[in-house]
Amino acid sequence: MRVILRTIGELSITLGVVLLLFCAYLLWGTSAYTERHQRILQRQLVTEPATKILGKIQLGGAVALIKIPRLGPAYKYAIVEGVEDEHLRQGPGHYPGSAQPGEVGNFVVSGHRTTYAAPFNRIDELEKGDDILIDSREARYTYQVTATKIVEPTAVDVIEPVPGHPGKKADKAVITLSTCHPEYSARQRLIVFGTLTKTEERDVF
Amino acid sequence: MYGFVWRHLPGNTAAKLVGMLLLLGLAALFLWYGVFPWLEPRVALDEVTVG
Repeated sequence: MRVILRTIGELSITLGVVLLLFCAYLLWGTSAYTERHQRILQRQLVTEPATKILGKIQLGGAVALIKIPRLGPAYKYAIVEGVEDEHLRQGPGHYPGSAQPGEVGNFVVSGHRTTYAAPFNRIDELEKGDDILIDSREARYTYQVTATKIVEPTAVDVIEPVPGHPGKKADKAVITLSTCHPEYSARQRLIVFGTLTKTEERDVF
Repeated sequence: MYGFVWRHLPGNTAAKLVGMLLLLGLAALFLWYGVFPWLEPRVALDEVTVG
């Protein structure tokens, strides 16, 4: 009897330690993976000039850099093409089929909130009028935050060309960021909307 | 459980201690690089897309 009780106790403690280790993995282990891939993607943006990329960016390729001054001068992530798990592990992902940076329509980007370096962890701090800078190979596009919203995971209208108006034809270039809400949960989504306010062409990245 | 492992580790107390730490380290590595990467996509605590 004593042996059984002791074994159960030992197993319980072990399980607790394993769960703690898993939490540590979610916070730090997954970040190491993202940082490794971010280095590769950010290098891709420099070494593969726009002229070498004919037409659309391939799934898994680097789209642009996202910089948000409100979240600090060091805030910089390479956006990857695609929003499958494998893409979002590498950084914020661009919905294939949504507008390209600066293009008329909706440039939709999703990013992790708590795991995999948590690129969109603090986008809830964005306020109306804040800048979101998108540095693509050809230009810097400055979007200004117009609204933030919390929606259900099924609210696909936020990624329409005109957010909230399915089927309507776009006449403006807008950006939509999405991440999970509340933190550590998959219950809802936090959405940040913005509008293109400035385009600066450039010759070198 | 740990007592059983301890009794079956060879050598004196110091050697047993080293053996025990080695086994625990291996278990942790197996979890970190094998089990956790497999488990992580299955616990949906950071779903970010809509639709």
